[in-house]
Amino acid sequence: MGGPAALLVLADGRFPAGGHAHSGGAEAACKAGRIRDAASLEDYCRGRLHTAGLTSAGLAAAAALGLDTALLDAAADARTPAPALRTAARRLGRQLLRAARAAWPCPELDALATAFPRGAHQPVVLGATARAAGLGPADAAHLAAYESISGPATATVRLLGLDPFEASGVLARLAGEADAVAGRAEAAARAALAEGPGALPAASSPLLEIAAQAHAAWPVRLFAS
Amino acid sequence: MHLDHGTAYPERHTHGAGPLRADGSRRALRIGLGGPVGSGKTATVAALCRALRAELSMAVVTNDIYTREDAEFLLREAVLPPERITAVETGACPHTAIRDDISANLEAVEELEEALGPLDLILVESGGDNLTATFSRGLADAQVFVIDVAGGDDIPRKGGPGVTTADLLVVNKTDLAPHVGSDLDRMARDAADQRGPLPVVFQSLRGADGVAPVAAWVREQYAAWAVR
Repeated sequence: MGGPAALLVLADGRFPAGGHAHSGGAEAACKAGRIRDAASLEDYCRGRLHTAGLTSAGLAAAAALGLDTALLDAAADARTPAPALRTAARRLGRQLLRAARAAWPCPELDALATAFPRGAHQPVVLGATARAAGLGPADAAHLAAYESISGPATATVRLLGLDPFEASGVLARLAGEADAVAGRAEAAARAALAEGPGALPAASSPLLEIAAQAHAAWPVRLFAS
Repeated sequence: MHLDHGTAYPERHTHGAGPLRADGSRRALRIGLGGPVGSGKTATVAALCRALRAELSMAVVTNDIYTREDAEFLLREAVLPPERITAVETGACPHTAIRDDISANLEAVEELEEALGPLDLILVESGGDNLTATFSRGLADAQVFVIDVAGGDDIPRKGGPGVTTADLLVVNKTDLAPHVGSDLDRMARDAADQRGPLPVVFQSLRGADGVAPVAAWVREQYAAWAVR
């Protein structure tokens, strides 16, 4: 079984899985004035954590429990209305899978790559990777929940020149909520073992989806999503 | 930091990625071009495409920092058919995308090979960056660092990983040297001090066939790759 250190390897922002080129919607939100400072970044991250973050965490926990990845990928599609976000999620899933197969090589991850040559949704790959690393559903849910806020926080430091200490303060203040979201996600994933993916969270933020679709058409932008 | 000695980075190698693709066919030679903003990376890529496209099956990956301008320049100049040029987005960190997290660039390279069939050569152009930017050996088999005489003739002396360790150093825009007061002999001496036996090319793309020395170097790289 993997211990806490394996979790740290996977959670490390330097793990080469392509996330650095994505802002988690922060670029669009900064441009629209919805993120202006640490306080509005915190609001944004809280909203993303309880919507996209919760949904991702449920999918990741379910994949870590060993639910069928094809079913979970379809469930992720159903929970991701914006085509731009589906594309980004599959791209990030494929990039993560490359790193995961190098870090924790195993037949399950090879099979996932074969089944999804264009990439599976990132949270599904994240859960499968956690499983390959010997981690459990709670770990996978924490990873997804944390990523849902750490991505926008890091991007905002670059986009607005936000004080990086303030950005880290935002993440620290949201840590308790992230734990709670991960807990809900794990419980839902365990329910999904018996009831199927319909038991997984399906929270979404229409504004995140709409803004992401518009952002994908910007001619000049720093981040891929 | 050890920016001032030629021996600071004597061995940087992890091995480049293996020469075969997942399906067993041979992958393309991948050459990275890096260097500061405005030094002429895109112009060099365009000239290389024109010089080599008749003899090698080529494609280009650009790493624009915040636009698709480099890719669009190459498309507009029609140096290659559009399906052979693709752009990677780098999240405001061009060096991360070519060194620390190369996954998006590897995807782009592999997608080109999947879409176009076997290729001989893929040029990966970095976004304009600073003197410490180098390519991961997992992405590029060989790398070219492009500086220009107008950026200051002390750049070779300052060294840094790009100048010191790139497989080829290109000093571009030599036609501007008299106008900006750059001493080409001094640049050559400093580059030799920093790089030892590694090659340096002084180039101006204003003249006819100005890219010929770099194109010849690329041909050598390809010949060595083809027998590996």
